[in-house]
Amino acid sequence: MLQAIAFYLMAAVTLGSGLFVISARNPVHSVLWLILSFFSAAGLFVLMGAEFLAMLLVVVYVGAVAVLFLFVVMMLDVDFVRLREGYAQYLPIGGVVALLLMIEMVLVSFAVADRGAAAGKQIVAAAADASNAESIGRVLYTDYVYFFQAAGIVLLIAMIGAIVLTLRHKPHVKRQDIHTQVGRKRSNAMAVVTPKTGEGIADQ
Amino acid sequence: MDWASPLGWTLIAVGQILLVTVGILLSLAFLLLADRKIWAGVQMRKGPNVVGPFGLLQSFADFFKFVFKEIVVPAGADKVVFLLAPLITFILAFVAWAAIPFAPGWVVADLNVGILYLFAISSLGVYGIIMGGWASNSKYPFLGSLRSAAQMVSYEVSIGFIIITVILLAGTMNLSGIVEAQAGWFWNWNVFGNGAKNWPTIVIMFPMMVMFFISALAETNRPPFDLPEAESELVAGYQVEYSSTPYLLFMIGEYANIVLMCSMLSLLFFGGWNAPYPVTFAEPGSLIYNLHALLWFMIKTVAWFVMFALVKAIVPRYRYDQLMRLGWKIFLPTSLVAVIGVAAWRVFGAQ
Repeated sequence: MLQAIAFYLMAAVTLGSGLFVISARNPVHSVLWLILSFFSAAGLFVLMGAEFLAMLLVVVYVGAVAVLFLFVVMMLDVDFVRLREGYAQYLPIGGVVALLLMIEMVLVSFAVADRGAAAGKQIVAAAADASNAESIGRVLYTDYVYFFQAAGIVLLIAMIGAIVLTLRHKPHVKRQDIHTQVGRKRSNAMAVVTPKTGEGIADQ
Repeated sequence: MDWASPLGWTLIAVGQILLVTVGILLSLAFLLLADRKIWAGVQMRKGPNVVGPFGLLQSFADFFKFVFKEIVVPAGADKVVFLLAPLITFILAFVAWAAIPFAPGWVVADLNVGILYLFAISSLGVYGIIMGGWASNSKYPFLGSLRSAAQMVSYEVSIGFIIITVILLAGTMNLSGIVEAQAGWFWNWNVFGNGAKNWPTIVIMFPMMVMFFISALAETNRPPFDLPEAESELVAGYQVEYSSTPYLLFMIGEYANIVLMCSMLSLLFFGGWNAPYPVTFAEPGSLIYNLHALLWFMIKTVAWFVMFALVKAIVPRYRYDQLMRLGWKIFLPTSLVAVIGVAAWRVFGAQ
């Protein structure tokens, strides 16, 4: 009974906050609602016995991705009132795109289940003696190891791309260079001079 | 009363939660005083010594002062988020304690992924700060909260890798399991390389412990990494507009997080509830045994809290670019290499 209560509570919170994500006027509030819906989705994972996935969802999405998302939304100075002006005008074309996307996603997921990597694989209940993380690790590093590595490479390329796009070395910005700072010796930083009276030390 | 029924189960759970929360709140009151006393001692001052004997009741006096003051909400503030932020900080700081094992079997929720849970909850702590800074609708709090968000996200990465080295050594993510893997003499603790079986890992684990401590300082916004609330540049960062009870909640949440990090240090690296010697005078499972274990857990946690307090008193504040360089260019590669090293030892070296 407790499980049922917890399920309905968290499912309702997930759906409700998902609704608020698209209906909130303030974009920062939207992100906060999104975080709440991530969080209760993690709770649903726990109820299904997938506590490892739940924790990963919280660590990766709530703890890192959503923070950066919130960061960007807070920094952006977008006039969202003006963005919403053409709402009714763009509704038909937006609806068509959304419908196409949904059809594609359904088709693709069925295709993957029937003929793709997941074809013929049954849902395997976690062994009683193996923990959640162990079962996932076993599947991830045996059956799906190529997909796992490929996903890693895609992420690496995305990361390099983002760095290349944003890295700028401005010539006139002074930067601290620890190596030269620590490697500085008395011999190349100081000189003993004995200036004569009435003359500067410029020539010596 | 049927304790196995849903109602009985709920009552037991609520009782345990209350016990842990009240215990931690009470200890926090005295740890806060200890923090100020140590800080004062380093600077050759006396510290708070007026309320109660040796100033022992100072924290309670402060508590009542905060609670009875007026809550001021700035005119342009986003009122709901403004008041939600300190609540989130406070609640998250206490939610994390659910997975901490205080003694054998003395844990509210003995999760299989306990250490991931702790990591997840502590990574959420940034929301209280970033929401508070944004909702204040003021320049200094906003700058402070942005700094803090960047800082905490950066240091989480290296904390995650350091935790993985411990998981690799213990072979489990259950916190009780991690502690039990370090039972026996003190050289079985992870910081000393987890005993005879894994002794060469001391070369990796000891520096990992130091790095975890430094990352914990950065993660909890303690000096020398207290840039989000650097009073010389940002007045008090995200706390500028807060007063009265919301400020108190921020403060308690911050200290609860610090003590949580201290307890994580003792659980992950210093054997948790294990005494430095094998306990022979009491049967495992008896009350004496558990109380003795609890005592050792508290000694270790308080010892680390003293370290936190000393660092606050002694070390000058880092510059922001130095902080970022330390996190991304030194800690991240080092901890990554450490993970590879420990994993290689577990696969190729261990008997």
